[in-house]
Amino acid sequence: MTDPILEMVNVDKSFGPIEVLRDISLRVHGGEVLCLLGDNGAGKSTLIKTLAGVHKPTSGTLKFEGEPVSFDTPREAQDLGIATVHQFGGTFPLMTIGRSFFVGDEPTKKIGPFKVFDRKTANDIAVKAVRDFGITRIDDGDRLIGGLSGGERQSLAIARAVHFGARVLILDEPTAALGVKQASHVLRIILEARARGLAVIFITHQVTHAMAVGDHFAVLIRGALAANFRRGQKTREEITDLMAGGEALASLDSGIEGYMATHKGHAPPVAAI
Amino acid sequence: MTTKTIDSPGNSPGSSSGPDLSIGGFLRRPEAGALLGLLFVLGFFIIFGSANFLKPAGAASWLNVAANLGIVAIPVGLLMIAGELDISIGAMIPAGSMTVAILSGHFGLPIFVGMIGAILVGVAVGFVNGLVVVRTAVPSLIVTLGMLFAIQGLMLGLSVLLTGTTSVALSAAPWAKFLFGQFLFNSFQVLILWWLAITAIFVFFVHYSPYGNWIFAMGGDKTSARNAGIPTDRLTILLFVLSATAASFVGMCQAILFNSAQVSGGMIFIFNTIISVVVGGVLLTGGFGSVIGIFFGTLTFAIVNQGIYFTSFDRNWASLIIGVMLLAAVLMNNTFRKMALSYSPKKK
Repeated sequence: MTDPILEMVNVDKSFGPIEVLRDISLRVHGGEVLCLLGDNGAGKSTLIKTLAGVHKPTSGTLKFEGEPVSFDTPREAQDLGIATVHQFGGTFPLMTIGRSFFVGDEPTKKIGPFKVFDRKTANDIAVKAVRDFGITRIDDGDRLIGGLSGGERQSLAIARAVHFGARVLILDEPTAALGVKQASHVLRIILEARARGLAVIFITHQVTHAMAVGDHFAVLIRGALAANFRRGQKTREEITDLMAGGEALASLDSGIEGYMATHKGHAPPVAAI
Repeated sequence: MTTKTIDSPGNSPGSSSGPDLSIGGFLRRPEAGALLGLLFVLGFFIIFGSANFLKPAGAASWLNVAANLGIVAIPVGLLMIAGELDISIGAMIPAGSMTVAILSGHFGLPIFVGMIGAILVGVAVGFVNGLVVVRTAVPSLIVTLGMLFAIQGLMLGLSVLLTGTTSVALSAAPWAKFLFGQFLFNSFQVLILWWLAITAIFVFFVHYSPYGNWIFAMGGDKTSARNAGIPTDRLTILLFVLSATAASFVGMCQAILFNSAQVSGGMIFIFNTIISVVVGGVLLTGGFGSVIGIFFGTLTFAIVNQGIYFTSFDRNWASLIIGVMLLAAVLMNNTFRKMALSYSPKKK
């Protein structure tokens, strides 16, 4: 397999005396969807914030394309192409699609001595970017974001991240508040991003959604990696049991060990709870 | 007064992707309610007021009020679009007049020293406001409320300490009078021209330059805006500096115009600017509004405020009209905003 784009090696993160992440080792490759599963409070948010440069690991290293990296600000992570899309994040309900798409990086044109916002270009690029992802209902860049459905907004946010050169897409619960049909839009966009060679880290606690698009699954329980396996190695029930707090963990231990033996490319899951 | 839509430069009117010039397109703009409100109050006072209402002397009465208010209302409105509030402007207007009057009137320094002093006081207070809001995350209403009283106390204390009085006379040099404090045609304050120029500059920066986008993004979702690379802290501080400086500028011009400055006064500006801004279609919670809307809102407020003198109604009814107008404007703006949100283009 090719080298991973982003890799965590034995990462620990503590806030004062509280250990939030313990010895996490994870890899994500281009053209692959890593589903990060876990109950509330399992440390998913801290993990993605560490990847996105919001937090610095207490110990352990982050590697980007094999090179150790250390982010002082989220901006540095973004410059490398690590984009986080929060639920509805990156979109502004009362702005037009074109303006919202280009916030912080507005296209301009010169009129006499003045640099003005190039509304037409912004609208055209934004509409095209999101249509390329298969959201064909969006055809007018002058519409306000707030008038879009949740799925469309999420899709727009993802299209925006990809347009601005994301190589690793971190999606924080993108389907949590969506209906079935809208969630399927977002899942289709995740697959499209994968087909374009992006590494996608998809955070969710809806096992169905994870199963639909994931290539690789990691389950977090109380800050530790409880399972790390590839598509087809576990059933939906097993995953749900895992997420539910690890009650069924004991019975799965043998399965995990078997997996470890055959998948040397993956970090050993940490099952010590 | 018939400017209906603000055409986007560079888009020839006939092009299919040009701005929507239909009635529906107009109603979805933030300033739609403000313009309708303005036309309504204009009509109301033309019908019920005396003919003097539109004659130069009459028009000057409400244009003068609008200009003084409008110069402050625009930056205050921008702060509101960005999700912040500045009520310390109520103290900054007398602070601006007192600074120029004490420096140039009491101490006899050249007028430009006093004027630079007044502007610097505005910049400094705005900077502190912005810095405290950014650093402490205390709501800006509280920060600027504290600043409002602090500046009032400081002005009163310093004024008595330095001059022994709370009212200082000032006689400005002719050029300063000419630029900042003269009456054109005997009744129109020169400040009206400043107001129009400042409005034009802000319309350009907020709606046509790329930076205006940042203000709206900040008011819409500050975290996302920061993630998108917008320097939200610096922009917040800049907006507070603009509002405080605009207020001290108006105060300075008043002192030059009336040849004196008082410690009191200015408090009425707090409510009047907020009313103008909200009537102008700015959303209190941020993220929506327009400079031209604030302009219309200010004009509407000034007409109601002064127009009552031209009618046979008792002056005491003016506040009632303003209160009802504010509520009606907010409801109307909400309706238009919902229309804007639910708008989707028809199949072509």
